[in-house]
Amino acid sequence: MSLLSVSGLDVHYGDFQAIYGLDLHIDEGETLAVIGANGAGKSTLMKTIAGLLSPTAGDIDFDGMSIVRTPAHKRVPLGIALTPEGRRIFRSLTVEENLKVGAHTKRKGPWTLASVYEAFPLVSDRRDRLGVNLSGGEQQAAAIARALMSNPRLLLLDEVSLGLAPLAVEQIYAALPSITAQGTTVLVVEQDVNQSMRVADRVQCLLEGRTVLEGPPSSLSRDEIATAYFGI
Amino acid sequence: MQWLNAIIQGVLLGGLYALLAAGLSLMFGVMRIVNLAHGVLAMLAAYVGYVLVDSFGVPWFLAVLIVVPVMALVGYVLQWGLFNKALSRGGLAPLLVAFGLAVVLTQLLQEFFTADTRSIQIGLLGTNSIQLSDDIYIGVFPLITFVVGVLVIASVQIFLNKAPLGRAMRAASDDVETVKLMGIDNRQVYALSTALALATVGLAGMFIGMKTQFSPTYGDLVLIFAFEAVIIGGLGSLWGTLVGGIVLGVAQTLGSQINPSYGLLIGNLVFLAILAFRPQGLLPKAVTT
Repeated sequence: MSLLSVSGLDVHYGDFQAIYGLDLHIDEGETLAVIGANGAGKSTLMKTIAGLLSPTAGDIDFDGMSIVRTPAHKRVPLGIALTPEGRRIFRSLTVEENLKVGAHTKRKGPWTLASVYEAFPLVSDRRDRLGVNLSGGEQQAAAIARALMSNPRLLLLDEVSLGLAPLAVEQIYAALPSITAQGTTVLVVEQDVNQSMRVADRVQCLLEGRTVLEGPPSSLSRDEIATAYFGI
Repeated sequence: MQWLNAIIQGVLLGGLYALLAAGLSLMFGVMRIVNLAHGVLAMLAAYVGYVLVDSFGVPWFLAVLIVVPVMALVGYVLQWGLFNKALSRGGLAPLLVAFGLAVVLTQLLQEFFTADTRSIQIGLLGTNSIQLSDDIYIGVFPLITFVVGVLVIASVQIFLNKAPLGRAMRAASDDVETVKLMGIDNRQVYALSTALALATVGLAGMFIGMKTQFSPTYGDLVLIFAFEAVIIGGLGSLWGTLVGGIVLGVAQTLGSQINPSYGLLIGNLVFLAILAFRPQGLLPKAVTT
């Protein structure tokens, strides 16, 4: 059975429709990459799964239960954590305080301050620094660490590599196996197709709010992906 | 010596202003609400204290212990009933709601208690003083007020720095949407912030009621003093609010020393000078968002 299953999802911003009848599912322990160009609806999808946006139609089931009417802050205790686009580290809090806020729900699991510091040495080094004084890569690592502090069953990573130096992206993706090794299901949204092909068990490509291509990375050719990505 | 005396009295008065301003500073810091009902809420607290002391014969310190949690409850209910809804509308809605609340509450207090001035009787405590030198006396009551003001500012600041709920309040101040992603109900954090803010307002209202003659419209003056202390000190910083309160208090007593009618004027001029030359205040928040 799928851990997360999204069916017939419509999402609007006022009169503008960003997502059209989208279906998506992830099995427990799977890593799914959602790719697509700017405006494909990827971040909208993530926010809707996390509960920051309400869909106008469709359903979201998590662990066999509909959560479509559950407010964002009540989805975290169920085991859903989002690392939002733009990282959104609390600027006036230290890195360690950011992590402690992430652990607010006190959900039990493998992730504690100690284990998060072990998985992210960069975050450990910067623990006393204020959020505002972090580089982009440090912010992204801290944001993922913060999300892990709620011990999620489903980790949503939005635009991990956006605006980061290639080296910083490498470091962050290097930590991903240690997350999935805990059995955590990961839904990653990326513009960087190569990066997501490397880490994902399955890839789903969106174009203007609809799924245009789906399958394991090995079964998809570069041309297929390019066509789906740009819609040409 | 007269001038030294004026400065000492000003510092003590500043403690009261800091106590007055703490709640205003906190609500602005956490939720960006400019609570225009701040002053009249302090008057509400003073009237509740007045009724307890005058009609029921409750000792004043016991009345303080009753009024503070009552005001915290008022804050909690106000936040859920009014301000959370106003905040979700965004823009000017919270300001207008606060303004409306101030008007309605002032009228209600006048309806119940008339516009006559009242004062909470504390007996000899109001007149006792300690002699420091030939011509410097420190009133026991102003000294208690000052100590309470400093303790309130310090404990709220320590709470914000160390307690999990305080941390959640600072996080909500930085980025409220992301706070929801941490599994925190921001509306509940807001309600507890307002409860804490109004607990300090309750304390402030009691001390005003014991210090001076008040009427429902006295809240306007309270709001202005609190607002000036917050701005002089720097928005979003509680230590700044303490400094702001003391600067305002000293400015007023020094002004009165020059001419008894100059006190308020000099205080307002210092406030204007800060707005003109150092609009971020004396001790602005280290991180601006």
